[in-house]
Amino acid sequence: MVEIKKTYSVVGMHCASCVGVIEKSLTRTPGVKVANVNLATEKATVMFDPDICTEDQLESAVSNVGYKIITKDDVISPDLEKEQKAKELKVLRNKVAVSLFLGALILWGSFPVLSTTAPVLLKNFWIQLLLATPVQFWAGWIFYRATIPALKHRTANMDTLVAIGTTVAFLYSVFVTVFPSIVMNLGIEAMPYFDVATIVIGLILLGRYFEARAKGQTSEAIKKLIGMQAKTARVLVNGKEIDVPIEQVVIGSIIRVRPGEKIPVDGILQDGESSIDESMITGESLPVDKIKGDTVVGATLNKTGTFTYKATKVGSDTMLAQIIKLVQDAQGSKAPIQRIVDLISSYFVPVVIMLAIATFAVWYVVGPAPSLAFAMLNMVAVLIIACPCAMGLATPTAIMVGTGKGAEQGILIKDAESLEIAHKVNTIIFDKTGTLTRGKPEVTDIVPIGKHSVNEILKLAASLEKGSEHSLAEAIVKSAENKKIKLEKTGKFKAVSGFGVEGIASGKQLFFGNRKLMEREKVDFRSHIAQIEKLETEGKTVMLLSVDKNLVGLIAVADTVKESAKAGVEALRRKGIEVVMITGDNKRTAEAIAKKLGIDRVLAEVLPDQKEAEVRKIQAEGKVVAMVGDGINDAPALAQANVGIAMGSGTDVAIEAADITLVNRDLRTVASAIELSRKTMRTIKMNLFWAFGYNILLIPVAMGALYPFFHILLNPIFASVAMASSSISVVSNSLLLKRYRL
Amino acid sequence: MTCYRGDLMAIDKILVILFSLMSTGFVYWFFLMKNSKDVVAAGKSINIIVDGGYQPETISIALGSTTTLTFLRRDPSSCLEEVVLPDFKIRKFLPLNKKVNISISPKKAGEYEIVCGMNMFHGKILVK
Repeated sequence: MVEIKKTYSVVGMHCASCVGVIEKSLTRTPGVKVANVNLATEKATVMFDPDICTEDQLESAVSNVGYKIITKDDVISPDLEKEQKAKELKVLRNKVAVSLFLGALILWGSFPVLSTTAPVLLKNFWIQLLLATPVQFWAGWIFYRATIPALKHRTANMDTLVAIGTTVAFLYSVFVTVFPSIVMNLGIEAMPYFDVATIVIGLILLGRYFEARAKGQTSEAIKKLIGMQAKTARVLVNGKEIDVPIEQVVIGSIIRVRPGEKIPVDGILQDGESSIDESMITGESLPVDKIKGDTVVGATLNKTGTFTYKATKVGSDTMLAQIIKLVQDAQGSKAPIQRIVDLISSYFVPVVIMLAIATFAVWYVVGPAPSLAFAMLNMVAVLIIACPCAMGLATPTAIMVGTGKGAEQGILIKDAESLEIAHKVNTIIFDKTGTLTRGKPEVTDIVPIGKHSVNEILKLAASLEKGSEHSLAEAIVKSAENKKIKLEKTGKFKAVSGFGVEGIASGKQLFFGNRKLMEREKVDFRSHIAQIEKLETEGKTVMLLSVDKNLVGLIAVADTVKESAKAGVEALRRKGIEVVMITGDNKRTAEAIAKKLGIDRVLAEVLPDQKEAEVRKIQAEGKVVAMVGDGINDAPALAQANVGIAMGSGTDVAIEAADITLVNRDLRTVASAIELSRKTMRTIKMNLFWAFGYNILLIPVAMGALYPFFHILLNPIFASVAMASSSISVVSNSLLLKRYRL
Repeated sequence: MTCYRGDLMAIDKILVILFSLMSTGFVYWFFLMKNSKDVVAAGKSINIIVDGGYQPETISIALGSTTTLTFLRRDPSSCLEEVVLPDFKIRKFLPLNKKVNISISPKKAGEYEIVCGMNMFHGKILVK
């Protein structure tokens, strides 16, 4: 029997008694083992056997007692979306083909030079009307279909402009065809413009076809992520391997994975070892060796060995699910730069309609003969050339491609706002321990002072540090263990944050910590300052041990700098970003490490709770600050910074305080994240410049602003080419982001 | 009395000017002076029809509760194929004629927007 646990939204609860009613109804349903309903979150968590009970049964169990659970909330299968889009594209393609074919026939029969070669039939206005009608009302129905309900709500969009524009051209042409004598009596040549109406519709639909195809590619990254999920897992049940759908894997399941297979869900390796390709999640190209006790991540690829592991995260808790959620969230958010677009787009279409009316009036009143034809054609050109779509697409398409590109490289951006701010960052503060360094310090030197031996010093220090959770303490205890030194029992242990530890061993008062601790306890270490400073300039942290207020030894500990740290710092400096290191280490040690890495500015001896204040101080200098940390100990500093960047441990993504989460540990990714932000913002600005510039320049041209000087007018057919290419170019420009190398 | 062309503006031109001014005024009134005071209280769930905009256009929901917005797109226009609730970081594809549920739990009172993927159609959520 396989049980699955799922959480659903519940609608309709008012009080605590509702909770009991729903829980009772759910647990009575055959196959349901446990049902917990939470009034505050309005969620029901149900554990059930999917072989016995379906989600529909859960739904009816809840609806029977007067409430509703949403079992299919939010889930739109990518296949359904793909299927619908493919269908839409097919319809569009057919409409484009028919309209352009019929439009070309009409153009052949009506265009001044071309028409001399055309069959007489095509020159007949009634035949032209016959050919244009299906284009106007069948192919062009899409514009009317959108315009009619929009007008009912007193709103308008691009479809409204196209519908009005082509309808004006079509009706004028019908009038000319039906009543040529009336038109001629007005001194106007009886010339219909069916070619304009049909070709404009054909070209706009063609533009829409290309736009839809390109737009589909902007969300490719998220589809790729969803597609990465394994479909089944080989679960061990009573020693037998059973293939079960991924949804049915529960926490604690033991799963076997063979070489070349995808790891289904997150877990901890139990038996065996292997090399795993995690590039799809972290962006790191080299496979990672995993042994017993290591974490394995769902959707990554097992390369060499066979192993079994215990599932620790399933369903929406897996790292892949969280990455997908983060990317989806970011793609649903709005960049602050879009506010200006919002403002303009709310006035755009009505203003264009007013400009079109003005164009008609001016051309009719002061334009050359035949003024009615000029007025009509220029009005149509204004309606057709205006392109609000390009403005609407400029920002979101770039955000979608940018955040998707980031996810592929292990750069997860919380929202569009974070992406926008990141491009302005000019100062980056790195937390030293665990970010620039591995965070696993090791004992490098033990200096005895007086009669104590090296091992005795280590023994005393390790005995004292055993009770401490500090990373330096861990290094000392580990060193003692390696040397198989038996530790003593200590009493009255006390850790003093920012100083060290104290306690009693063998009846003697011990202090172990930094110089500040010795100063506080009045332990004299003046004669050893040179020795201490020498170790510190080598980048080591020196701790002093005193027994009964007498200095007996020094222990130096050093943390290994990450391989990618120097290149990461250098990449940022090349971008003109000031790099700052923040650490609790003393100044000399910190400066030695900073020098190794090429960091100019060091904030040393900063206690953990002071980091946030230090960030604030740098911001007060007028700097836009990004703080890079592990996201656990430095959450307040990450939140205070303009952009908080959390470097993931390779497994843990859910870091709330961070604006950007880097899944891998390679420090060069920090520069890549900034670069991604800069490139995305540049694309957005280019898109907006193009979308606004296009409308600002070409609407006056369509109105005939160049006519008095150069006798240039814009034919509505060219207007439709420009309009179609304008939104395609915006989407294509966003897609170019995919090609950038980070 | 004879009216000469060139001396006085022809009547058709005057009519065109008058008609244009009236139409411009009408367009301004029709689109830009829209009164969107019709607020529909959502309760725990509400159906929103997507057809040339969002119907109802403005909904109100109570602060601190979860409300399920059920969108049903009837409009085939690609403009409306996605619905975006930027304040809740939600961007969702709306299949034609298929209901899509989106649950939101606003933590603050205020005005939140519903927009289409191209930012042309707007709706409002008032949280009180």
